[in-house]
Amino acid sequence: MLSRTADHLFWMARYIERAENTARILDVAHRTAMLPDDDEGADARLWFAPLNICGSAEGYEKKYGLVEAENVTRYIALDPENPSSIYSSLMQARESARAVRGAITSEMWEIINSMWLDLKRMLPSLDQTNLDGFFDWVKERSHLFRGVTLGTILKDDALYFIRLGTFLERADNTARILDVKYHILLPSVQDVGGAADYYQWGALLNSVSAQEAYRKIYRDSITPMRVAELLILRADMPRSLHACLNEVDSTLEVINGGTGREARRLAGELHAALHFTRIEDVFAYGLHEYLTDFLARTHQLSNEIHDAYLSLKDDKIPGGIRPDRFQLQLQ
Amino acid sequence: MDKTNETANQARAFDEMYGMDGTSLRHQYTDVARHLLSLSLESLGQKQRDAELLFRRMGITFAVYGAAADEERLIPFDVVPRVFGAAEWQRLELGLKQRVRALNMFLHDIYHDQEIIKAGIIPAAQVLGNSMYRPEMQGVDLPNQVYAQIAGIDLVRVSENDFYVLEDNLRTPSGVSYMLENRNTMMRLFPNLFTHHTVRPVAHYPQLLLETLRESAPAHVENPVIVVLTPGAFNSAYFEHAFLASQMGVELVEGKDLFVNDHKVYMRTTQGPQQVHVIYRRVDDDYLDPLAFKPDSMLGVPGLFDAYRHGGVALTNGVGTGIADDKSTYLFVPMMIEFYLGEKPLLSNVPTWRLDQAEDLKYVLAHLPELVVKEVQGSGGYGMLVGPTSTPAEIKAYRERIRQNPAGFIAQPTLALSTCPTLVEAGVAPRHVDLRPFVLSGKEIRLAPGGLTRVALAEGSLVVNSSQGGGTKDTWVLED
Repeated sequence: MLSRTADHLFWMARYIERAENTARILDVAHRTAMLPDDDEGADARLWFAPLNICGSAEGYEKKYGLVEAENVTRYIALDPENPSSIYSSLMQARESARAVRGAITSEMWEIINSMWLDLKRMLPSLDQTNLDGFFDWVKERSHLFRGVTLGTILKDDALYFIRLGTFLERADNTARILDVKYHILLPSVQDVGGAADYYQWGALLNSVSAQEAYRKIYRDSITPMRVAELLILRADMPRSLHACLNEVDSTLEVINGGTGREARRLAGELHAALHFTRIEDVFAYGLHEYLTDFLARTHQLSNEIHDAYLSLKDDKIPGGIRPDRFQLQLQ
Repeated sequence: MDKTNETANQARAFDEMYGMDGTSLRHQYTDVARHLLSLSLESLGQKQRDAELLFRRMGITFAVYGAAADEERLIPFDVVPRVFGAAEWQRLELGLKQRVRALNMFLHDIYHDQEIIKAGIIPAAQVLGNSMYRPEMQGVDLPNQVYAQIAGIDLVRVSENDFYVLEDNLRTPSGVSYMLENRNTMMRLFPNLFTHHTVRPVAHYPQLLLETLRESAPAHVENPVIVVLTPGAFNSAYFEHAFLASQMGVELVEGKDLFVNDHKVYMRTTQGPQQVHVIYRRVDDDYLDPLAFKPDSMLGVPGLFDAYRHGGVALTNGVGTGIADDKSTYLFVPMMIEFYLGEKPLLSNVPTWRLDQAEDLKYVLAHLPELVVKEVQGSGGYGMLVGPTSTPAEIKAYRERIRQNPAGFIAQPTLALSTCPTLVEAGVAPRHVDLRPFVLSGKEIRLAPGGLTRVALAEGSLVVNSSQGGGTKDTWVLED
């Protein structure tokens, strides 16, 4: 597969996944905002969180200054000037897809193209009153795209690079959500209790569709440590760090070619750590510190993948060019 | 030579559906009349809108592509098909194959022994003094001695039996994706029409193209790796490049994906460099290789042309084909057919005045309001004068341009292009059409039964180019 093609597929998947996660984050902020909270400055804290998670805080402060629900929502969801907004993510996903139309199935292209066209059409009528529906729509389209992808694309390198993009982005997002939420909700781990806490942790679980899984697994009240365990260490929880790294690790194993050794080593290391770590150790080390490390290392992994497969490197021809590769068009 | 006689009766054009007198239904259109034109205008209009939706969803768009999606335009699609009977198509097919064979023989000859110049049939200056002539190609041997593997020949019809070749496109002719997607769309919109009809399929065109490209590989390469080279997603024909690559199951590459080493071409892949043997390039000669042509080209691949000359890679179409589809060379195509094949041309040229000839120039300047004048190296319907629809001021200005450089122009009578019923705002009305079939030359010559029918949507307009507000129609060739 062309390196440029792999690069576009990887980013197409990342941007779709990013749009979905951003919608989840905003959705939860909206729900949380409806809960009663007498705390001084709670509202500003609540709405600063999504900015922080999405890496949009700096851009927002430049444009608006004060943190305020409607502006935050608009900036993160719909602002073309915000490179991390849902709008920008969907646009970039489509740009990438368009650049490699030949490498994805026509059904995939049609979904991604109509998603963009629909967004352009809906844009003028979107406001605070109907954004709930919009977030649901983004999630649904992302689900649809993933389903169409799995249902139509050949299981070869194209799919593998799409999966790498999806799961690296998801791991990154889950880690961010957990980190930021944890800081807002719970400055100290001993500080447990209260109905508001219960609802807020519940909202966090909702944001990653983990409410039902939590109930099934723990059959008990919501505690921060269990939430962290579920979202970091449980391999059977589809949006947990462990589950994401499972996918990244096994996908790197099946990608053809011998160029990605360092990427595979790094993914294996990350994966093994998640596999063998206990949640008590994470909390002993400090959850924030743990998640910060994790984010740095997934970033490094992403760079390794880029260098190994996706970049257009120099024209040197290594000793053995095997002319028998890439003969897709031959029967 | 009085060229106007041949196209007398300009008032009434031949109608593809209703014939010369405009009233008797031609048998090819029996079922179109019965099953499609019997629908109410509302439901036809609805089908038209459905078609637009399909095209937009599939992203079959062209032209300006910037950051804003609004700038992606659709080429208007008309739901009334243009139909050929088996016999009339058969005649066209033979004529097209004959013409393309002669054009390729001409190119081979020009870049080798130049027999046609020695025989005094084409003046040396016409060829060697032409800016489209590539001296770098002299003596380069190409697989199958074919230069234009993909040719788009523009035809117009003026009566039941008279077709004219308007121009030959031998560089990077486009539009074939519309031939295929127009058919797809028609089948989705009017499934019933296709159960009643015996319309010959065109969907195998990408397969024919792939076979042609395989046959065009450098000698001794058994399993050639084939790619489509595009200028990129911002090119107006990008959809077509991506479409053809995916239909053939080959990689769509840009210049930056390729590099040359020791006269071999490689693409950069996730598994390292991979050699490429055949490049179906949709990049103009000038932009192919910054070392050989335009040095500032960002689209090209340094060293590509040298690799090509050394036989390390095949380019389709070949370099230097522009010398054969230039509008001043066009005049000589009937002579080429007789010279190389010893046959009478089956398809006629439009009678043409050469403005570098004093007598022709005099006649043309005296008759501008009746004539069509074109730039010798123009394309896409730009920079032409359509006398009958131009204002006196426009004609005056154009006359001045001709006087400055008569050799830069040719003139032709205003042909009464045939019309075909077309859905317009006021209802179904006749609009002028042309036809571009695509002729593939490898070890043999192949073409899919059909082509791209372009239609001038404005009433009375004779300019069908999409860049000038033209639309397209599905083109049917019926079985016997």
